[in-house]
Amino acid sequence: MRKDADWRPVASWPVLQRRAQLLARIRAFFLQRGVVEVETPLLLAAVAPELHQDPIRCAAGYLQGSPETAMKRLLAAGAGSIYQMGRAFRADEVGRLHNPEFTLLEWYRPGWTLAELMQEVALLVCTILEWPHPTGGCSASEGSLHLTYAEAMQRCAGVDPWCATLDQLRQLCRAEGADTALEGMERQDLLDFLLVQKVEPALRAQGGMVFLSDFPAAAAAMAEIVPGEPALARRFELYVNGIELANGYQELRDAEEQRQRLLAVNRQRVEQGKSALPVDALFLQAMEAGLPPCAGVAVGVDRLIMLALQTASIQEGMAFPLPLG
Amino acid sequence: MLTHNQLRQGSRVEIDSLPWIIVGADFVKPGKGQAFTKIKIKNLIDGRVIERTFKSSETVAKADVIDTEMQYLYSDGEFWHFMDPGSCEQVALTNVQVGDALSWLKEQEAYQVTLWKGKAIAVQAPQFVILTIAQCEPGVKGDTVSGATKPAVLETGATVKVPLFVNEGERIRVNTLTGEYVERAK
Repeated sequence: MRKDADWRPVASWPVLQRRAQLLARIRAFFLQRGVVEVETPLLLAAVAPELHQDPIRCAAGYLQGSPETAMKRLLAAGAGSIYQMGRAFRADEVGRLHNPEFTLLEWYRPGWTLAELMQEVALLVCTILEWPHPTGGCSASEGSLHLTYAEAMQRCAGVDPWCATLDQLRQLCRAEGADTALEGMERQDLLDFLLVQKVEPALRAQGGMVFLSDFPAAAAAMAEIVPGEPALARRFELYVNGIELANGYQELRDAEEQRQRLLAVNRQRVEQGKSALPVDALFLQAMEAGLPPCAGVAVGVDRLIMLALQTASIQEGMAFPLPLG
Repeated sequence: MLTHNQLRQGSRVEIDSLPWIIVGADFVKPGKGQAFTKIKIKNLIDGRVIERTFKSSETVAKADVIDTEMQYLYSDGEFWHFMDPGSCEQVALTNVQVGDALSWLKEQEAYQVTLWKGKAIAVQAPQFVILTIAQCEPGVKGDTVSGATKPAVLETGATVKVPLFVNEGERIRVNTLTGEYVERAK
């Protein structure tokens, strides 16, 4: 039975007051550290296309899936450290950890390394969850486990992501209950399957903060790629109690490579029967003008609140989530 | 065909040429990666539960099942016989197929029978049934507040906990989902 006939909020008033406190604490964290809050448009005429993310169409364009391109325009124009906390939208993402409209926190640190940013992310999470603070040593994020993507895949899924053949990956996926229609999947999709099926449950069982870093170049998105064999994306994901909470990059600064990556995504989208999306030309102009060296990260605020409130879904911390039906 | 947003608890799907009911569904998506829908499904024929995972862009076939109201006739010990009151056509189900509904089967009453490709595969009792108490300790007059209960055996053989004031021979309303006493029936 659909529950959307009920007009009342899903989260109780005490929960919503707690949510407000947590949002205020996040803003206080950045105020204290001199990171300036910015606001960029929710309604966009053009985007940075992603293969596995579909924007929600809105009369004049698209609702933003992330504020990344607009915030990078600010950085290229000389803004210092900036953050934004606001709504983002992604079509068809509905589940315990997904709502098509959600609150995203994104921030950029010009001149910072990825390791420095990881430490700040760990500090924010500890502040919000009231966990003991990392001791402030110089290693990235003490009090948390740090694994490379390859280590996590080897340890939890028993697979070497660089050397395994497509056949071996398919066999592993099939043994894990993947439907036969997974046959046509690309290498990275098979690895994604093993990540959600084997690595995430293992991280959940382990609990605490776990950083995964050094992702395959095919999963670089907007991160810098370190050439080599294998080429590694300077990207991290933070898992807290097995929930993927943050995704950060040493930001790609090469405008031409950025253009090529976005065009490649559009080609892949078309191959998969999706529509190509208008590429944000102003963002590419800003990249040509020059993005300062910087590290940036996005945090799912609803998931952070879910962890703080120890609820089973992000919806329980929202006044009016999309009805799950 | 069902899209990933329609793969919800209670949806019935056909996988590996067999009918299943979804007992749990989860949308999972690693960071920038491919989204998947994990479903836990219970086989409508033998009751086994397995997990399957689909790419969220895929569709899953709807199971060719219909629910139809039928009258319970009798059991010969091996099969439980039901009749479609419209066509008077009869179907027989095994002990396993009748499943949990067994506790609530009363002759002449209507139950929901699930047909898969025209064959009966499962039975479900209505959420509330009215049954007569076949056996229980005598009632304690006036005790309507203490909350204490006693076991009562119903005419179908099922045992439910009832309040102390309820008597043998009385008709009570029972919630078949929880197996709990609701109230005395008029």
